[in-house]
Amino acid sequence: MIRLERRSESSRAMTYLSPILALVLTLLAGIALFSAMGVSPSAALYTFFVEPVTTVYGLTELGVKATPLILIGVALSIGFRCNVWNIGAEGQLTLGAIFGSAVALYFYEVEGFWLLPLMLVAGIIGGMAWAAIPALLRTRFNSSEILTSLMLTYVATLLLSYLVHGPFRDPDGYNFPESRIFHDSAILPIIFDGSRLHLGFALALLVVVAGWILISRSLIGFQLRVMGNAPAAGNYAGFSQKAMIWLSLMLGGGAAGLAGVIEVSGPIGQLLPQISPGYGFTAIIVAFVGRLHPVGVLFAGLLMALSYLGGENAQINLNLPLAVTGVFQGMLLFLLLACDVLIHYRIRFGKRSAIS
Amino acid sequence: MTQQVPLLNLTGITKAFPGCVANDDIDLIIQPGEIHALLGENGAGKSTLVKIIYGILKADKGTIEWNGEQVSIDNPSIARQLGIAMVFQHFSLFDALTVVENIALGMENSVDLTELEKRILEISTNYGLPLDPKRHVYTLSVGERQRIEIIRCLLQSPRLLVMDEPTSVLTPQEVEKLFATLRRLSTEGVSILYISHKLDEIRVLCQTATILRLGKRVSDADPRKETARSLAAMMMGKELQSPARPPKVTHVDKARLEVKDLSLEAIDDFGVDLKNVALHVNAGEILGIAGVAGNGQNELLDALSGERSCDSSNSITMDGNPCATLAPDARRRLGFGCVPEERLGHGAVPDMSLAENTYLTAYAQMNLTNNGMIQTAARDEFSDRIIREYRVKCTDRQASAASLSGGNLQKFIVGREILQNPGVLVVSQPTWGVDAGAAAAIQEALIALAENGSAVLVISQDLDELMQISNRICAICAGVVSESIPTEQATVEQIGLLMGGATNQASVL
Repeated sequence: MIRLERRSESSRAMTYLSPILALVLTLLAGIALFSAMGVSPSAALYTFFVEPVTTVYGLTELGVKATPLILIGVALSIGFRCNVWNIGAEGQLTLGAIFGSAVALYFYEVEGFWLLPLMLVAGIIGGMAWAAIPALLRTRFNSSEILTSLMLTYVATLLLSYLVHGPFRDPDGYNFPESRIFHDSAILPIIFDGSRLHLGFALALLVVVAGWILISRSLIGFQLRVMGNAPAAGNYAGFSQKAMIWLSLMLGGGAAGLAGVIEVSGPIGQLLPQISPGYGFTAIIVAFVGRLHPVGVLFAGLLMALSYLGGENAQINLNLPLAVTGVFQGMLLFLLLACDVLIHYRIRFGKRSAIS
Repeated sequence: MTQQVPLLNLTGITKAFPGCVANDDIDLIIQPGEIHALLGENGAGKSTLVKIIYGILKADKGTIEWNGEQVSIDNPSIARQLGIAMVFQHFSLFDALTVVENIALGMENSVDLTELEKRILEISTNYGLPLDPKRHVYTLSVGERQRIEIIRCLLQSPRLLVMDEPTSVLTPQEVEKLFATLRRLSTEGVSILYISHKLDEIRVLCQTATILRLGKRVSDADPRKETARSLAAMMMGKELQSPARPPKVTHVDKARLEVKDLSLEAIDDFGVDLKNVALHVNAGEILGIAGVAGNGQNELLDALSGERSCDSSNSITMDGNPCATLAPDARRRLGFGCVPEERLGHGAVPDMSLAENTYLTAYAQMNLTNNGMIQTAARDEFSDRIIREYRVKCTDRQASAASLSGGNLQKFIVGREILQNPGVLVVSQPTWGVDAGAAAAIQEALIALAENGSAVLVISQDLDELMQISNRICAICAGVVSESIPTEQATVEQIGLLMGGATNQASVL
């Protein structure tokens, strides 16, 4: 008989081993999946996980895809530490893209070094504004931010759709639902010649460092962690729960908004009806796989970016459906959550023995 | 010797955990109808032994005989079938369920809730344990939660009742009632294994005592023939220095904490409203507030610490500074310290290290923050100082708060607050569930703080403790704080009546 036995103290080793174990199990499940689909598992796994990063261009593409994941993942992981469950980063990303694009389109003929910073700030404000709605509802009416932030994502998508079909549509664009193509001043500079890797990746790395300092070294990070761990103790210490909820959602919204404006002013270069392949949702997986730690999020972000590249590669080379990407991402999160049980429990074989 | 077959006979019980032998070759004999005390400091192995009797742990070696027959108690269900019931020190209750639902959950067979409710009410009136079966557990105080556990056991009509520190939350009158109950159970043939650190109680209640020290049985004694001091000496292996209250304050004009007209509505329907609370604590003085759990102590602590802010119509002043509307950290900057009742989750964050828990309240006053950044070196130095000066037993400052024993964690929290040198310190239940050695250390620290000119307010359900350390005592009942009585003029009966709701001193005297 197999059963779970509670550990006397949570295992530090398992905290870090769990994502690796989950990854191994995901690969095993992938082998089973590919075999069932009649594709050679070794060829499929190579196509999916190795081939995309065999070229320099592939590596830069990895950075392009990882940028929004890392940006959002770092901020979400900080909020999750405080038990604030912002599930709506995808919507906040969309609003960031809309706000940033609005600036770019308003000044579509104007050149200036100031345009890009202004767009980035507008994007951050857009994401924050969208996240402020669940924050207000939570702190005033105690409604669950899980539901409100998630539902607002769909509102954001519809808003984007309305704008690109209406006010933001390119007047010379033959009625296609797209905005004007941004002016050069509104496009993020490329930091690696011959690739699409833009300045946003450097910003993401900065955010990792800033997030790390914030959560582990600052009084504010301490307050967030205490509130997530033991709210009564936080109250006793004089920390404000409402302030922490606001802060968590503002960080998440701001980072998602920044990721949104970076997408439109980086790899996309205009506002489209669809600007993200679910980066805001995938960032939730990134945060957990990264153990809610900014440095972990960096690696987890690269890993999940690989799953996007691998998915595209598998579509092209093996005629596999796009859904393969989602399946791999879902399996990884699912198996990770299962493996996380081992942080607090150990597996025992045989008859129940005496425990304390 | 009697030829009677013992109800329970443990021989050579040994239980080792990685790193320590919790029970080393322990013998214990409990006769039918006997009230048997189990004495020992924290870590002496009492809990392990009791868990073996109740089937939660299995001994490595040794035999258990029940009514003369060897038995193997593999799990609590078997223990209950034999007739062993247990009141734990830490309760296992579901907060979101009502009293009756909690009790029903612990029963072997499914029961009719209305029928069960009647039986609960019956037992609660018979044994002086007032309890509303329909209330939700999260609205109950520690004392009321313990009553659920006691009633849960009595419902099983046990043959052996194991009680772990049961009286710490009762008034003296209620303790008397409980003792009457226990004595009646004893004459009905029920044996009681009674664990307590209140040596006086053991002396009046128990007929036999088994004393454990560091996992070994050191002696058996007849507590009725011993003094509290001699029992403590056997338990600790050395003489216990009982702390003496600070010398009487001669200058009573310097009130460091002054509360007037403090009225505060409870947060929910089940809390207690504070009504016109007025009190003052002078420099160099300890004021004790006695009271049964759930009479407004939590609300009073929240109001004093600032966890619930009051409006300006309420008057709380610290060294002359009005602070009714200030947040907890602002009050700390005025020299306020506070030790709440719940250690884990309120006074300390369970999953954080001692170093981080040091930072929890000391971040502002002790200059542990610079430009919003944690000064780790200063923080670590301060936490090491707490651990050293208050003899906190732990691996090091990186140990999580949850890994410490109750007594050690309490020493840490008290040390953390006192070493910030507060002008006013409010402490709730300072020695609840703490072993005698640690309790004495904590009480001495409080007295020393008062002697240095601070004002100390102690809210406690342990009346003996208040009589021992405070200069004046008052009682809280249903949110009303009585007038205070100088301790040397107060009697236990008087305070007991005030705790029970006698409104003023005159009706008591």
